[in-house]
Amino acid sequence: MDFLQISVVLVLVLVLAIPMANYLTTVYSLETTKQDRIFGPIERIIYKLSGIQTSEMNWKKYAKALLFSNLIMFIISYLIIRFQGVLPGNPSNIANMDPILAFNTAASFLTNTNLQHYSGESGLSYLSQMTVIIFLMFTTPATGLALCIAFFRGVTGQKNIGNFYVDLVRSLTRVLLPLSILIGLILVSQGVPQTFSSTAAVTTVEGAAQNIARGPVAALESIKHLGTNGGGFFGVNSAHPFENPTGFTNILEILCMFLIPAALPLTFGRMAKNKKQGWILFCAMGSLFIVFLSVAYFSELNGNPALEKIGLSQENGSMEGKEVRFGIAQSALFTAVTTAVTTGTVNTMHDTLTPLGGLVPLAQMMLNCVFGGDGVGTVNILMYTIMAVFIAGLMVGRTPEFLGKKIEAREMKLIAIAILLHPLIILGPSAIALATEMGTSGISNSGFHGISQVVYEFTSSAANNGSGFEGLGDNTPFWNISTGLVMLFGRYFSMIAMIAVAGSLLTKKRVPETIGTLKTDNSTFLVILLATVLIIGALTFFPVLALGPVAEWLTIR
Amino acid sequence: MSTKSKGNITSPILIEACKDAFKKLNPKLMARNPVMFVVEIGFVMTLLLSIFPSLFGGESNRGYNLTVSFILVLTILFANFAEALAEGRGKAQADSLKKTKQDTKAKVIQKDGSIKVVDAADLRKGDIVLVEANDFIPSDGDIIEGVASVDESAITGESATVIKESGGDFSSVTGGTKVISDYIKVKVSSDPGESFLDRMISLVEGAKRQKTPNELALSTLLVGLTLIFLLVCTTLVPIASYINVNLPTATLVALLVCLIPTTIGGLLSAIGIAGMDRVTQFNVIAKSGKAVEAAGDINTIILDKTGTITLGNRMAFSLLPVKGVTQKELNTFAAYSSMHDETPEGRSVVEFVVKAGAVKEGLKKEGSEGVEFTAESRMSGTDLADGTKVRKGAVDAIKKYILQQGGKVPIDLENISDEVASLGGTPLAVAEGTRILGVIYLKDTVKPGMKERFNELRKMGIKTVMCTGDNPLTAATIAKEAGVDDYIAEAKPEDKIRVIKREQAEGKLVAMTGDGTNDAPALAQADVGLAMNTGTHAAKEAANMVDLDSDPTKIIEIVAIGKQLLMTRGALTTFSIANDVAKYFAIIPAMFMVAIPEMKALNIMDLDTPQSAILAALIFNAIIIPLLIPLAMKGVNYVPMNASKLLTKNLFIYGLGGVIVPFIGIKAIDLILVLMGIA
Repeated sequence: MDFLQISVVLVLVLVLAIPMANYLTTVYSLETTKQDRIFGPIERIIYKLSGIQTSEMNWKKYAKALLFSNLIMFIISYLIIRFQGVLPGNPSNIANMDPILAFNTAASFLTNTNLQHYSGESGLSYLSQMTVIIFLMFTTPATGLALCIAFFRGVTGQKNIGNFYVDLVRSLTRVLLPLSILIGLILVSQGVPQTFSSTAAVTTVEGAAQNIARGPVAALESIKHLGTNGGGFFGVNSAHPFENPTGFTNILEILCMFLIPAALPLTFGRMAKNKKQGWILFCAMGSLFIVFLSVAYFSELNGNPALEKIGLSQENGSMEGKEVRFGIAQSALFTAVTTAVTTGTVNTMHDTLTPLGGLVPLAQMMLNCVFGGDGVGTVNILMYTIMAVFIAGLMVGRTPEFLGKKIEAREMKLIAIAILLHPLIILGPSAIALATEMGTSGISNSGFHGISQVVYEFTSSAANNGSGFEGLGDNTPFWNISTGLVMLFGRYFSMIAMIAVAGSLLTKKRVPETIGTLKTDNSTFLVILLATVLIIGALTFFPVLALGPVAEWLTIR
Repeated sequence: MSTKSKGNITSPILIEACKDAFKKLNPKLMARNPVMFVVEIGFVMTLLLSIFPSLFGGESNRGYNLTVSFILVLTILFANFAEALAEGRGKAQADSLKKTKQDTKAKVIQKDGSIKVVDAADLRKGDIVLVEANDFIPSDGDIIEGVASVDESAITGESATVIKESGGDFSSVTGGTKVISDYIKVKVSSDPGESFLDRMISLVEGAKRQKTPNELALSTLLVGLTLIFLLVCTTLVPIASYINVNLPTATLVALLVCLIPTTIGGLLSAIGIAGMDRVTQFNVIAKSGKAVEAAGDINTIILDKTGTITLGNRMAFSLLPVKGVTQKELNTFAAYSSMHDETPEGRSVVEFVVKAGAVKEGLKKEGSEGVEFTAESRMSGTDLADGTKVRKGAVDAIKKYILQQGGKVPIDLENISDEVASLGGTPLAVAEGTRILGVIYLKDTVKPGMKERFNELRKMGIKTVMCTGDNPLTAATIAKEAGVDDYIAEAKPEDKIRVIKREQAEGKLVAMTGDGTNDAPALAQADVGLAMNTGTHAAKEAANMVDLDSDPTKIIEIVAIGKQLLMTRGALTTFSIANDVAKYFAIIPAMFMVAIPEMKALNIMDLDTPQSAILAALIFNAIIIPLLIPLAMKGVNYVPMNASKLLTKNLFIYGLGGVIVPFIGIKAIDLILVLMGIA
């Protein structure tokens, strides 16, 4: 039964990804398409109102536009949550957020991370939820998608890299808004609240008085998953019955967050005029995902030996921290998906996963290319692809080329920076946190699990995932500032590096493919790509994983 | 000087390389190679620790530190040795070319016409020198006056002397060659340190060598990986301290050195130099490493027909009698016509007839007289003892001659000669007295083995284009016979450059060979231009490689060398990175086993003790470098095949091998260490 549930969901992902890939290809086409007739008029009004020039940009302009627009969003968001207490739209009288937590929150939602060091229901006013959280939940995946498409254009050698604002607007008008309205309505039908009324004070059946938080949840819930955002309206996120009321909504939410990341590699194949290339990327990420999912599922199913020893039955698997209504299969699947596509929404508490079960989300975020978040994940796997091409390409006796473009020192430098950055912003801060009182004081479980908690927090930030090993007491200046910075570095440094790679590749002359050219769309290359990801991406983290989850697993089994 | 002896590594080179390996420990030189520089820093740290065991806080085992530092210095020495060896071999080759050049005196002609003797090293571009019989030519240059026979064996190994004269295509001379007879005046064309030889020497000297573009890109990647592992190792200390695991500095250094790509980092420079060496062994002087690398990427090769694809000598292929003449009759008179003709064509006619069965002795040579070919008559032949005049020559010339003699032109002659022309051959008519007997079908023969080589190139995805002045019909026939992919008939020099530009516009890289001054623009335009040493100075200057043997087919070998260079780099990089898997499984459990006994589960190689595991990994890491030196020097085995097969093969050997070999190697070293009681 478990297998059936899981396979049905995965097959649905596959079935939905193909038309979505076609749709996305048309959305971002540099040519005029039929879609323009439907969306064109609205978009032209938006361009006119905001004074957007729709002419093509070079990569530097594109990057500047991206950074500048994101900076403005950051400032506005920060000011709203900082002063939400005095601003309207606050029926539940939520106070202003303190400056450091506000910095962390703004950075978190701006970077598509949605790490929450506050509790949603008590930390944010309705105005903040809607104008900051939901607003950013739309604009950040749109930014990610725009970047991803610009990167695709550069790598596949389209006529230019595009226009950031046009890509951003189209992501919203053609992809995210229509889909989230549809999903939002379905969620409402399943019992997710969508209201401006303040917290309900009710008397329970037992006669006790209880305050039940509510609000415009459905609007947030749909984009939270579609945009691989992950920040919950409530503190416990998608484990809360108002966010994720039924088994159906659980599957719907999984499909929503998986949809765009699964479609993008196929979109890449279409843009490269080589569908096989897209499928190779899809298969690379897919096979990593299946392995991770299996590890998570079986470790949770086998239960927790430490609990077994003290006499708690583990017959139904390790149910600590899980919703009984979802069970092992739906929880393991949700966990694997949310960290693969770096959404960060949770329907089970990751802190209580078994050691190896907890290693799965950690490892997926460390690789950051098992589908990955909207846009950025596919860019990451392409970065590994270029690296694999560089190493293996030499073995056919030619200087390396990918899709007819030579990979030279400039690209390698940028890619080396991007690849170096990820472990740097995970291991560096983790080392500081574990060696200092300000870091260790937040750890709720000492020993190996403590290492996991700290490393998880920074990995989640760096990968812009946002889920947490929630045992960590992370609302302190140290954690707020450090994770805030890690999230910003993790998102923008690699974005700029990658768009620079795209810009550089775009200007290169295409070398015609011959029989002597390295093929990047066959199973041999798939093996090379996986080996590159595992040896360069994963082995980097092997020592720290050995000290965290692996040591924990070895000592309790 | 045969090409073989040049590739050998002699014991003086080995001894010199050993010395250089130590000299290269100089940190200033090491800093050029960041990967090995990190190893050197690790060596200094562990060496200090073996003198002051508590230098970085805490107690550490003096003997262990010393052992680690010893293995580290060995690692560096091995890498330095590899570079020094490649350099030494290259220098030896260069020196043997250069030797003749030293101590040469030059007779400089002053402005007033007087002669001043100076050292060759003091010559400047533009100086005019007199070179007389038995003088060495002091520098590269162009003959401005005179004709002389020159012995170029010092650089080409070819013992026959060549005639060099001012003007035209044979005016350039190379420094170090010797004038055998007559005298010439030479205008020096390069300043000291800029001649071809000097440029070649700079390609094989590690310290001065400019890295090639791909080498730079690869170095960037290696530096990136080194930084990542530096980060991994340094952050491990505070992370481990959280669970009270203290990591000895020497162990951390060992982990770091094992993880950073020392194998490729140590051999990269040697691979590059050895690639240049291989080019030199082929008697080709490359002016830049970039050109050799570009050779691997070539998509299109433009080859001249005559002398490159064909032997350049037209040979008798068949004899075609006109109506009413027997084959035997034609054969006999064709042989008579060529009896005194010592040109290759003439000899081939006699040979052909002999092979066809007419006995050579049957030709009555006595009393006959040869008639030389003249540009006016365009025919040659023999006046036999009985007065019969036998002639052969261009069909229209013979026609004219017969009509003058009052003879008739057979009606089928034109058909036969047209057919020969259409087959790519040259028709020569044979006349006896007033009769035309038939046509000799002369054919330019394709060099043996060319078709196979073009097939190989096709397998590698390289297109060949033949360039010829022949008419389209002839060109098409030869092209088909040789198996080239494309041809340009009736080609003018500017056609070559047009084709190069056309191919380059499609993003292709083009190689070509040339020797004449009018080839120079095309040689400069091509990505790989190979000039013949017999060619003009302009051609040699424009090209980025010069072939001392003047063998245009060598361009194919150059492409193979370029590919081999890139493949060797890729194979060893893959091997080096794949090695990390085993090293992780050796060192990580060893590091933590003492504090966390359960970590034993990760010790999948069942290494004896933490110390033996770490030392075994480190020793493996060191000795793999000398073990791979032969491969780095020789290059990986290269058989032309398509990219997919090549990749699968190399991936299997160097990728899978790179994962498996260290597991076996580390385990074996561990066993030996245990047996020896070291750990």
